[in-house]
Amino acid sequence: MKKYANNGFYAYLRRDLRLSHRRLGEAASPLIFFVMVTTLVPLGITPDPASLSVMASGIIWVFALLATMLSANGLFSGDYQDGSLEQLLISPQVLVMPVLGKITAHWLVVGLPLTIVSPLLGLMLSLPEAGYLPLMASLALGTACLSLLGAVGAALTVSLQKGGILLALVVMPLYMPVIIFGGATVQYGIDGLAWTGPLAILGAMLAATVALCPLAIAGVLRLTSIN
Amino acid sequence: MKFQFQDVSQMLNMGGHGFYVWSAVVVTLMIIIGLIVRPLRQHRIILNQIAQDVAREKLRKRAVGESN
Amino acid sequence: MNWAWFYRLGSPLWFYQMTTRWLPWLSLLAFVLLSAGLIWGLGFAPQDARQGNSFRIIYLHVPASFLALAGYFLMAAAGAIGLIWRIKLSYMVMKSAAPIGAALTFLALFTGAVWGKPTWGSYWVWDARITSMLILLFLYFGVLALQYAFDNEEAGNKASAVLALVGTVNIPIIYKSVDWWFTLHQPSTIKLTSAPSMHPDMFQPLLVMILGFYCFYFVSLCLFTRVEILRRERKTAWVGELAARSSNVVEEGKQ
Repeated sequence: MKKYANNGFYAYLRRDLRLSHRRLGEAASPLIFFVMVTTLVPLGITPDPASLSVMASGIIWVFALLATMLSANGLFSGDYQDGSLEQLLISPQVLVMPVLGKITAHWLVVGLPLTIVSPLLGLMLSLPEAGYLPLMASLALGTACLSLLGAVGAALTVSLQKGGILLALVVMPLYMPVIIFGGATVQYGIDGLAWTGPLAILGAMLAATVALCPLAIAGVLRLTSIN
Repeated sequence: MKFQFQDVSQMLNMGGHGFYVWSAVVVTLMIIIGLIVRPLRQHRIILNQIAQDVAREKLRKRAVGESN
Repeated sequence: MNWAWFYRLGSPLWFYQMTTRWLPWLSLLAFVLLSAGLIWGLGFAPQDARQGNSFRIIYLHVPASFLALAGYFLMAAAGAIGLIWRIKLSYMVMKSAAPIGAALTFLALFTGAVWGKPTWGSYWVWDARITSMLILLFLYFGVLALQYAFDNEEAGNKASAVLALVGTVNIPIIYKSVDWWFTLHQPSTIKLTSAPSMHPDMFQPLLVMILGFYCFYFVSLCLFTRVEILRRERKTAWVGELAARSSNVVEEGKQ
């Protein structure tokens, strides 16, 4: 059996995945939300394929962002309420790895399904053919960034009552560069330009957030979980 | 350096852009004055509150002292 | 090295006394600079060849934008000092900087919009500068909302400080991203200010206004901080004496 480092990453990854698995309905809600709101667009604006295809990439990206943001609150709030967050804080291991494990689990449950389902939504919104691959690539990297940034917001608001909406307010400005480059990746693909350019920037953002966010979150959790 | 306008009404008009320039000026002044007046008012209010607390505390201490 | 002077800087009493002495002078300076700059800019500076008189809004828009951005960095720095050295006064300054910065950001957006209408035909255009300023406003809102959401003051201060720092790291990223995004969609860049190529007759009143705004900012910051000091230190002796001396509350029971 493969031995892995005992730093809490896999432990908390498996724990959160198992917890999500027990509440499959809750875990699937961001995904269902994502698909349902996309239906609102033709209903609210227009079903005309020509108009839809112009906006499709942006719409899918915006709704992926919203779905990730709405689900970020659950990252730490459940643990805070039943006391396991406190247990985590007083345990001897470095906080960074368990936090990274939890965020990875979040991405596997929210971001990855969104990425996989996105071509279906592309179909519904008449996304041009050249856009599908850049869409999936940008969503794969982008939703990971969104999970990491959302976790920072979740850590800041974990002990607050109306934490959910405050999280959205706090995290939105941080999300904007991600959506700028995510949308641009798809747009470049549709226009026939080199979409690996903006995608590389998304990759750089992911590298930066993976390195920095867990540190910030670890620091914040110690500060804010006493309210 | 000379004054750019013939008279006051020309200055108010600002070559047709009067509404824009003066609304910007008015809103700026409102915000600047607001950011000064508000803390000043809060200052006065809180000083009065604290003074009342202090007076009440003194009265309470005196009452406790007398009853001993 | 003797760090006593540094820690004295963190004394709320010292700050209160110092501002009581110096604030009237700073206010006078701010008033003089702002009045002079405004009259100069509105009445005496030459009008722009292309934009006519609407360009005079620059004397309001540019200083507001500078202070909006500088104010955010000041707020984050105050938060950082509070986190690292645990100086209470630093947190108080951070809390005071937030509403001032948000108001100035709004002012920058408003004056920019009002400038845009006669110049480019619409109140709002999604150019890089305005969009970045709007995101800055959202960053301020986040810090303000977080500050007031916590019951525990310590936790609230620390959370706001961390958020302000996270926002600071993001500001250059946001600005670069928005800049890139804008040039993607609009090949001809609209320059809202052409400061380096401005004629000195137009530039000098702008300088005066910027200085005036800086002075005003510090006056307002000190005023808000003084209120915060009184609020936090209300149980101490010096505040009690100050209040009793300066208010008109008559001691009850004294006939």
